[in-house]
Amino acid sequence: MIIGIPRGLLYYRYKHLWLNFFEELGIDYIVSPETNKEIVTSGMAYAVDEACITSKIYLGHVEWLLDKCDYILVPRISDCGSAGKVCTKFQAIYDLAANTFRDRNIKLLYYNVDSSVADSEMAAFLKMGRFLGRKKSRCLYAYFKGKQAQKNAQFLELNEQQHLLKENKIKILIIAHRYTIFDKYLGEPILKHLHKLDTVPIIGDIAPKKEAIAKSVEISETLPWAFNRELVGSIILYRDRVDGIILVSAFPCGPDSLVNEIIIRKIKDKPVLNLVIDGQEGMAGIETRLESFVDIIRFKKGEFTWKQ
Amino acid sequence: METIRVSFPHLGSYHTPMKVLFTFGFDVEYIAPPPITERTLSLGSRYSPEFVCAPFKYNLGNFIETIEAGANTLVQTGGTCRLRYYGELHEQILRDLGYKVKFINMAKVQDARPTTLYRELKEINPEMSLKRIAEILPVVVKMIEYIDKVEDYIRKNVGFETIPGSFDKVHASFLSELRSVHSRKELNRVYRKYMRLFKKIEVQKPANPLKVGIVGEYYTVMEPFSNHNLERELARKGIVVDRWLNVSSTLFHYPKKKIEENTRDYVKYPMGATAMVTIDRALECAKKGFDGIIHVKSFGCTPETDVIPVLQNISKDYNIPVLYLTFDTQNSDVGFITRLEAFYDMIKMRKEMGQNFKHPSAHSNRFYPNHWGECSPSS
Repeated sequence: MIIGIPRGLLYYRYKHLWLNFFEELGIDYIVSPETNKEIVTSGMAYAVDEACITSKIYLGHVEWLLDKCDYILVPRISDCGSAGKVCTKFQAIYDLAANTFRDRNIKLLYYNVDSSVADSEMAAFLKMGRFLGRKKSRCLYAYFKGKQAQKNAQFLELNEQQHLLKENKIKILIIAHRYTIFDKYLGEPILKHLHKLDTVPIIGDIAPKKEAIAKSVEISETLPWAFNRELVGSIILYRDRVDGIILVSAFPCGPDSLVNEIIIRKIKDKPVLNLVIDGQEGMAGIETRLESFVDIIRFKKGEFTWKQ
Repeated sequence: METIRVSFPHLGSYHTPMKVLFTFGFDVEYIAPPPITERTLSLGSRYSPEFVCAPFKYNLGNFIETIEAGANTLVQTGGTCRLRYYGELHEQILRDLGYKVKFINMAKVQDARPTTLYRELKEINPEMSLKRIAEILPVVVKMIEYIDKVEDYIRKNVGFETIPGSFDKVHASFLSELRSVHSRKELNRVYRKYMRLFKKIEVQKPANPLKVGIVGEYYTVMEPFSNHNLERELARKGIVVDRWLNVSSTLFHYPKKKIEENTRDYVKYPMGATAMVTIDRALECAKKGFDGIIHVKSFGCTPETDVIPVLQNISKDYNIPVLYLTFDTQNSDVGFITRLEAFYDMIKMRKEMGQNFKHPSAHSNRFYPNHWGECSPSS
């Protein structure tokens, strides 16, 4: 049996947990490739026009996996308990994928995390393990191993970021969902260009999560979404150590449409750039905006020099 | 002390029970926002973030206009989607615009204990009495139910009135009479009186009229201005309009279990906000042999966007046409009317040709339902 794992949305958050879980259970898996033009095109063809670009890309990854594996992993998350709610996209994604590819006989592997019916993540993974025909004890071990791997990875990321924060260059905090900023097609060109401009992007999503969530109330009191709370909290955690903030959202991200506005209205002491990416080809427009933003920061710091 | 003048954004005809709740329950003056116009929408969208859903913009426009009309205390509700975060941003935008008003954000107490809720309500009027509210609340709930019943009856008949405008006239005086009602007895009397009047209005219904079900997003379905008076347009063509979605059916009598059971063939888990209602009602319309379904939403509404693949499957399985309408902040009717007319012609032709007619979508991609969604009348 081969499990297909779409490289999109929650993959970026849970990849260590997923991959270690399946490895420990001795189940083969394939991960769809980094997002490329074909995946984007097929995602756009299958998705509803108004859906956010990240979910369109996700469907593209699912489509890529369709004939290459036995089951495709599409988990559903209803909320993150005390940390907050999630965008309804994550509540719907399982049934969305199932209905979109119904005629192509899609077979989905899933787990459901829902605090209202006490389906904790662990219980959900055990259920999934049972479906895969593995013993409970082995699944439990695999789950904990995955969890540990995830923690280690987070620790390493944080460490690395601490080093970056010490660098003596212009540092820009990137506030973006992990599945947007780490996507090869959407976010990576932005990070690359920032490097090219001799700046250091600091990833807002790489932050101590619990601390970030606790801090987020300083900017927004009733913010419902856990993922956005983490991002907003990371602004508080990093704001004194960066020179500017870039908000990167996928068009038309529901939560971001409101949260970005709150951030822009409340953060007055740092320059903020609001970038909306919609998966169109060509980086020229975005590059120009990044360049002028970096120029503004340099100007403010008195480092601005006329080139050419 | 300054008089407390409370206001709450528009949603269909529900400003009437709101007025009763605030005047008789909270003992404050209630200012209904001025009726929604182009100005409301343009004010709202001018100060809103760009790709937020349209109800946010309408609500903001309502707030600004109602402040101009004298309100000094604004109430915003919580919700299960983006709506839950409306309040905080509305308040922030109004503050940045320099308006000095009290803002009561019910999202703060959405999952809170009753004592916290009580404290928040006390913000509206510090001298409020729980007893008065407890007395008026059942009247308000019943009033909402009656309004929904009346409007349901209107939707099903207004297309066939022999003297145009007769339903609207009675409806308007029904609402205005309700505004001074503050007991169950009185309410029942008004309801019975007007129901009799509505039944008296002469209608000429054909034996087998076209029937269309309306499903979709909460606000855009219920606020006629935001859907370009869709229901009226349909009625004008002699169509029976069926819509289940209203405040009483979702807030007071929400059949959660039943909906989950009914939709099991299509979805495994709740898809968020009104998504399950949309699927359940669309299925119901399909099973009852309606002539068509119209799916209504505002641009970018995530739960309703995610429902579309499910509706496409229902459309294929039951061979029922679905029109997908997206509304944003455009003010031209033209694109919308054209699509509605094309849809009307199609369902009419299907009906005339009998049950044997197969919508081309069942065979080819030429009229694949998705194409209806692609030419949405956005500005």
